[in-house]
Amino acid sequence: MDFDALLLSRLQFAFTIGFHIIFPAFTIGLASFLAVLEGLWLYTKKPVFRNLYLFWVKIFALSFGMGVVSGVVMSYQFGTNWSEFSSQVGSVIGPLLAYEVLTAFFLEASFLGIMLFGWKRVGPKLHFAATCTVAFGTLISTSWILAANSWMQTPQGYDFAADGTMIATNFIDVIFTPSFPTRLAHMVLAAFLTTAMVVAGASAFALLVKRAKPESLTALRMAILMMAIVAPLQLVAGHESGVVAHEYQPAKVAAMEGWWVTRAQQPTLLFGWPDQDAETTHAAIGIPGMGSWFTVGDANAVVKGLDAFKPEDRPPVWITFWAFRVMVGMGIAMVGLGIWGAVVWITKRLERATLYQKALVLAAPSGFIAVLAGWISAEVGRQPWVVYGVLRTADAVSPVPAGSVATSLIFFIVVYAIVFSAGALYILRLMSKGPDTEEPQLKDANEPPGSPLGTGVKSAAVKEG
Amino acid sequence: MLGSELSTIWAILIAVAVLLYAALDGFDLGVGILFPFAKDGHERDQMQSAIAPVWDGNETWLVLGGGGLFAAFPKAYAALMPALYLPIFLMLLALIFRGIAFEFRHHGRKTGKRWWTVAFAGGSITAAIAQGLVLGGFIQGVNVVDGKFVGGPLDWLTPFSLLVAAALTIGYALLGGAWLVFKTQGELFERARTWVKRLAILTALAMGAVSLATLGVDQRVTYRWGLTMTSIDWPTFIQLAPLPLVCGLLCFLLWRGADLRHHAAPYLYAVGLFAVGYVGLAVSLWPYIVPFAMTPAEAAAADNALSFMLWGAAPMLPIILGYTAYVYWLFRAKVTDEATDH
Repeated sequence: MDFDALLLSRLQFAFTIGFHIIFPAFTIGLASFLAVLEGLWLYTKKPVFRNLYLFWVKIFALSFGMGVVSGVVMSYQFGTNWSEFSSQVGSVIGPLLAYEVLTAFFLEASFLGIMLFGWKRVGPKLHFAATCTVAFGTLISTSWILAANSWMQTPQGYDFAADGTMIATNFIDVIFTPSFPTRLAHMVLAAFLTTAMVVAGASAFALLVKRAKPESLTALRMAILMMAIVAPLQLVAGHESGVVAHEYQPAKVAAMEGWWVTRAQQPTLLFGWPDQDAETTHAAIGIPGMGSWFTVGDANAVVKGLDAFKPEDRPPVWITFWAFRVMVGMGIAMVGLGIWGAVVWITKRLERATLYQKALVLAAPSGFIAVLAGWISAEVGRQPWVVYGVLRTADAVSPVPAGSVATSLIFFIVVYAIVFSAGALYILRLMSKGPDTEEPQLKDANEPPGSPLGTGVKSAAVKEG
Repeated sequence: MLGSELSTIWAILIAVAVLLYAALDGFDLGVGILFPFAKDGHERDQMQSAIAPVWDGNETWLVLGGGGLFAAFPKAYAALMPALYLPIFLMLLALIFRGIAFEFRHHGRKTGKRWWTVAFAGGSITAAIAQGLVLGGFIQGVNVVDGKFVGGPLDWLTPFSLLVAAALTIGYALLGGAWLVFKTQGELFERARTWVKRLAILTALAMGAVSLATLGVDQRVTYRWGLTMTSIDWPTFIQLAPLPLVCGLLCFLLWRGADLRHHAAPYLYAVGLFAVGYVGLAVSLWPYIVPFAMTPAEAAAADNALSFMLWGAAPMLPIILGYTAYVYWLFRAKVTDEATDH
């Protein structure tokens, strides 16, 4: 393999966006969770919701900060590393990203200030409105970025200008591509599930070490409710997304499924070792016909395999195949944990179910793993195209020397390793402490929480040495 | 609307976004640049509190600048970003350290907090220098053939870009110091006043040096100001002479404002200084969006993309400015002595 600017730029983009997506995937769900907690607190006046809000908002602030700084990188990387892509498609998807900044980024950033530092300056209702605005902003942002990415997966509503660059013929078509609705639903549900798994894991941990019992039980119930409802829904959304992908990106689906031969009765492989050179999947174990049935609703339907595409038009199969399996595996585990949780809850054994609690602690990162694996299979499965069927990744790269890209990539790896380790340390440290139940009772229910809330203000009193 | 009008509107909008970025995140970065000069950890907590609620919104103008350039002028974006590859990434990496330090400083214990204090100051200083290198590399022009960058990876590194980097760092420090005069009280207020008075003089010198050096980057700039090696075209020069004169006057007013213990005036004068300097630069480089290679009309996205975005920007920008102003109004009070009490 030749470490040229193209490969290095691909590695850098994969690394930086893979790092970035972890944080939005978590904060999209967490912002909504915080809005629900604050709403419940305002409505019921129960301190348990306030304590939970004050606990999770610190974790939110840390994660959101890391999401912001790793996100700024993305808005420049299109130009630095993918300048041909930028000049080719700027007139088509550039406006979608501009709308994202105008309608979401400013909203989130500005109201985040009120959410974190505004307790003493605005009333509880206005503060709640700020939390809701941030949550809403994260969802608007998700919609625009998924619209842009879905256009790259299933492009439509474009034409070529005289100079060879792409122009939009209809922006409504550009935004609402065939894969957009299902992929947006799939991503939003994934974000909610990711948050639910983290909240469940942290709450279960607190119960196991017997801390903040009322808070942890409440949060655990909320997380189980989310899991039990959303995890099965996610299977449906994922399936619908797969059906659309099969219609518009059959090579991707063939790679996900490890199908090399076009045939009837395509199997669903439970295991296999795809071999790109031998054009086969070794040691394949699967259920015959199930693949055809999943994609077209008929086990006897003939479904395209990778032999329907020229070798240079096929995505890397091994990565796509396995990333897809990891994602589905995590999804099924979440469905299982949701059902298990519902049973334990209904039979009123939630407090004592230590085995279940341990399983939740273990499964806390499952949402992150599923999101990363899902995006890997979606993006690698789109290869060798950056805009499916229109612009090849190899034709999109910037005219920069490999040395420059290698330099920036090495620095990214070092910096992200430091940032991620420290961030994870601080978040895990907060989680192991659990919600603060020592918060003094409020004299007036409408009074904002007594202790100054920034983000971990108490520890800020620590003097620098 | 005509394509050339649309591209002019977008060029102005993006230029304004970049100026707003400099005026707003400039003071955030300036506070970080001044971090090493604070007396102790408590004073640094106060300094960070003075910007903590607004820095994220301020940095978003940089995203609008980059994203807006991609969307409205994809060809300029595609030519400039590869040319400025290394300083752009230096800036992004530095901004990462600056940004996370807001949260991480509060969560770190003794060693951790010390490390994130260094990261905040180092990130702010490096980001300011990198932005100066980007600006310097931009002003001196990039080597473009058929819309593609064809130069080398270190073309941006010249004595001129280093001079601009030093000047921008000083300018941001001035904005930061003036912001602290506005937002703090007591001992830190007094210290910030001293900083501003010194930085006003340094900024005047730096701006003068950059202005003279800019005249030398390309003959077109020299002619724009009515100057040649041997003669001065007085009618042209007189028209533009108010710009440097106003800059000099603003530096004096700034110094005097700090001396007379005014609170808001120094920051407003500092922003005025940035604005006038920016106009001077725009005058020098007009009509290029990629200096001496591309005009806005040449670099612009398709007309329908520009007008589609204008339909969004026309209502959204006033709304954004409105709630930004509201947030600033909400946090208008000076940082109290118990600095960590946000």
